[in-house]
Amino acid sequence: MFKSVHDKPGKASDMTVFVNGAETAAWNGETVASVLLRAPGAERRSTVSGEPRLPYCQMGVCFECLVIVDGVASTQGCLVPVAPGMRIESQHGPREISK
Amino acid sequence: MDCDVIVIGAGVVGAALAYGLARKGRSVVVLDGADRDLRAARANFGLIWVQGKGSDAPAYSALTRQSSDLWPGFLNELSNISTSRVDYARPGGLVYCLSEMEYANRHAVNERTHNQGAQADTEMVSRVQLERMLPAVTLGPDVVGASYCRLDGHVNPLQLLAALHRAIAALGGKILFRNPIDRIMPVSGGFRVSVSDGTLQAPRVVVAAGLATPGLTEPLGLAMPLKSERGQILVTERVAPILPFPASGLRQSADGTVMIGATNEKIADTAVTAASATKLAQRATRIIPALGSARLVRQWAGLRVLPLDKTPIYAESSDHPGLFAVACHSGVTLAAAHTDVIAPAIANGRLPDDLAPFSNGRFNVQKCA
Amino acid sequence: MTYDVVVIGAGPAGMSAAIQLRKAGIAVAAVDEQAAPGGQIWRGVERNAGPVSAALGADYQKGATLVEAFRDSGAEYLPATQVWQIEEGWNLFLTSEGKARRIKARAVLLANGAQERPVPFPGWTLPGVMTVGAAQILLKSGGMLPEGEVWIAGAGPLPLLYATQVLGLEGRIAGFLDTSKRPGLAALSSLPGAWRDIPGLLKGVRWLWDLKRSGRMVRGFSDLHAEGEGRLQHLQWRAGNEQRKVRADVLLVHEGVVPRIHETMALGCVHDWNSDQNYFSARLDQWGETSRPGLFVAGDAGGIGGWLAATLSGEIAALGIARYLGGSPDADSLRREAGLDERLSRARALRPFLDALYPPPAEHLADEVVVCRCEEVTAGQIRAVAKVSAPDPNAVKAATRCGMGPCQGRQCGYTVQALVAEVHGLPLADVSFFNIRPPLKPVTLGEIAALGDLEEA
Ligand SMILES: Cc1cc2nc3c(=O)[nH]c(=O)nc-3n(C[C@H](O)[C@H](O)[C@H](O)COP(=O)(O)OP(=O)(O)OC[C@H]3O[C@@H](n4cnc5c(N)ncnc54)[C@H](O)[C@@H]3O)c2cc1C
Ligand code: FES
Repeated sequence: MFKSVHDKPGKASDMTVFVNGAETAAWNGETVASVLLRAPGAERRSTVSGEPRLPYCQMGVCFECLVIVDGVASTQGCLVPVAPGMRIESQHGPREISK
Repeated sequence: MDCDVIVIGAGVVGAALAYGLARKGRSVVVLDGADRDLRAARANFGLIWVQGKGSDAPAYSALTRQSSDLWPGFLNELSNISTSRVDYARPGGLVYCLSEMEYANRHAVNERTHNQGAQADTEMVSRVQLERMLPAVTLGPDVVGASYCRLDGHVNPLQLLAALHRAIAALGGKILFRNPIDRIMPVSGGFRVSVSDGTLQAPRVVVAAGLATPGLTEPLGLAMPLKSERGQILVTERVAPILPFPASGLRQSADGTVMIGATNEKIADTAVTAASATKLAQRATRIIPALGSARLVRQWAGLRVLPLDKTPIYAESSDHPGLFAVACHSGVTLAAAHTDVIAPAIANGRLPDDLAPFSNGRFNVQKCA
Repeated sequence: MTYDVVVIGAGPAGMSAAIQLRKAGIAVAAVDEQAAPGGQIWRGVERNAGPVSAALGADYQKGATLVEAFRDSGAEYLPATQVWQIEEGWNLFLTSEGKARRIKARAVLLANGAQERPVPFPGWTLPGVMTVGAAQILLKSGGMLPEGEVWIAGAGPLPLLYATQVLGLEGRIAGFLDTSKRPGLAALSSLPGAWRDIPGLLKGVRWLWDLKRSGRMVRGFSDLHAEGEGRLQHLQWRAGNEQRKVRADVLLVHEGVVPRIHETMALGCVHDWNSDQNYFSARLDQWGETSRPGLFVAGDAGGIGGWLAATLSGEIAALGIARYLGGSPDADSLRREAGLDERLSRARALRPFLDALYPPPAEHLADEVVVCRCEEVTAGQIRAVAKVSAPDPNAVKAATRCGMGPCQGRQCGYTVQALVAEVHGLPLADVSFFNIRPPLKPVTLGEIAALGDLEEA
């Protein structure tokens, strides 16, 4: 859906993050929500009907980017810059509270 | 006359009464106030709560039990008439005890209520029993146990209010919103009030305007001694089901949100404070530490409508027959009784003798004593 | 920590105000939920260089100077920090890196900007549909360009600006569904003032002409639908008697921007209805002070005016705050000497023209359209409740949960207001907004509990 202008054949990405366990290339300056638009199967499932959703506003007001970042659930992905090795996991429906 | 009964106040009390009156075939018009009026009906916690209720007032305790038993039938009919969904469950309810002292005090309250003749439907449960009842969570180290009452339940109070409004309309009643009443005029054969497009007359008026009730009834000599108490509530994002039992101060709604509350403050505005948020969050996370990761979505405050002795007031004017006033805390719990017991009495024109403990006359007695 | 002033938002308005306050020797903290200063317009301005920066244009590059001055101003900058509650007095509750804390201030400046106006239509929740502003942020943040069949639908200067930026980077946009009133987007090429500073704008206009020639510039259409299985695949609309359907991978929408008002609403400030642009904004005096003494607003948060107007209103608010704190008896003359009012009215001169060109959309909303994205409440459900309740969005909220999800009504507030007005036959101005309650951002119970005992306010 989106591709970075820095993404050129033969050029390494700035870092690697993990989206639902899968290694995903990421670029300096982008946010978790930006990665979600590129990684396959990174849709959130809405809490009522379970429909797939992706980030909508990128400016902190729609909460469509809620995601688990390094274990912290319901994080607004569009406000978090990516960092090397970051673990990003999708939330499906109402989030779980660990026992 | 424009209708049989005018009900002032479309909160959960006024709406339950109006719905009950309409079910008895009375034509009703409900008048409600301004958008930003105080509305306990939209601010409450949604418990249908029996345990500990009226521990010093046997009649109140009995009415609460009766209402709690009427609830399933009441809701069934309401859902059908209003064709709306109202989330309700009656799995029994808990009061968590976070110290040996809280446990002992809770035990004493139960004993006192039972000694009044009520059935032994509340029991103390140990921490081990509690752990079995709540398999999806780990209890905090302070939890000693709880008291459990099998009659307790909970409802989505907002859906309840909306369903009552719809049911009133479905039965031919009318609700006029944004129609604040500043006085009730006695006229021959009844009462008159001004509404936005003229006046309205009826042989009977029921005032159920929450904390605004005394201001409407006292000019006509009907005393309604009320005080207010602020309650702040927290609600979280939706989470997967973890709490199968509602508890005093902590319940998970059918939507998955976790509600935490409410404070008891002698403050007469509906502002919220971070200080109260921290207290509520501290207690909830002491009960279930994992709730610490849940996100708070909203915090609000409402003012409880508290008769001075906390027992409901069902009053009828002797100077102006046909003028009734109703005010209570726990209007959600009592909604079924209001529809099935109080409304039919008002429809018949007078409150029966067995409701005498709820009359406003009791306050004069207390004053003399 | 106690500061003289806490500024919320480090965009054009907040940075200008902080710089100005520091010049007056006032202790300032500037809080922003983003990781770097610049606000929405100058996102990533310290980092972007080369072709991306060139494509973003001259207005964008100008931000670097202000950001540098802000960094050097001596204001304490708290990035990646959200303000989740403000209590009069002033206590501000913040969260960053999973920890909440409280800071105190003698005065507060809200410079938290605007958000895009949410405009629901069938399919707007599908993955692949997002706002033009979102796409532009992606471009500024990681150099992201949309791929595949990319369509834009909407009005206002932003779509054209974005399209220009994308074309400058060799990106492709398949077509444009222009919802503006005649004379349409092309009229922008003759605009005066701030917007004309974009040297690339002509390129955009040329692109529009090309689109028009190839029939990919659509005007005077209705009934836009986004469709697809699990993600956007097609767009449909009606033009005259004709039903059109195109393949689409990305749809970017934009119908203008509205001030962020949750903060001032939660604090009970007096608001006014702007009937040209259909939004509420806090009532401000000539220094930007709200009806709550000590609480000021600057920039788009107080009414949409663009970045240049924002910097100027930030400077004015800074003088007003200095005056409020008793440190600047000469605020009036400073204001006059700097010519702030003339410069501000020049910066705002364009506004009436834009308002006329891009009035807020008023298409009828079909019953099945989701209005509240969080709680998935449809227009039909809202209408049904509105019919039997007071003409009050809060009654609808109570009965439907519309506006009760994590976004706290930021996406559905104005739509609910419009539906309530429609059902009751009232003008928009007679219908209020949701009651806004704290927290302003969803903070965890654990963070709140860890604040320890606070005295009651
Ligand atoms: C924090 C809190 C928690 C609670 N938790 C529970 C619980 O768990 N279980 C339970 O059973 N109960 C609970 N309650 C109590 C319950 O909510 C109340 O008993 C009930 O809502 C009272 O309803 P009401 O109709 O009297 O008042 P309100 O709901 O306040 O309604 C009053 C209505 O009267 C209208 N009105 C006022 N003045 C006028 C006028 N002059 N003219 C026309 N209309 C007027 C107003 O517009 C309003 O709609 C709680 C209350 C609070 C505050
Ligand atoms: S994408 Fe809208 S809040 Fe993050």
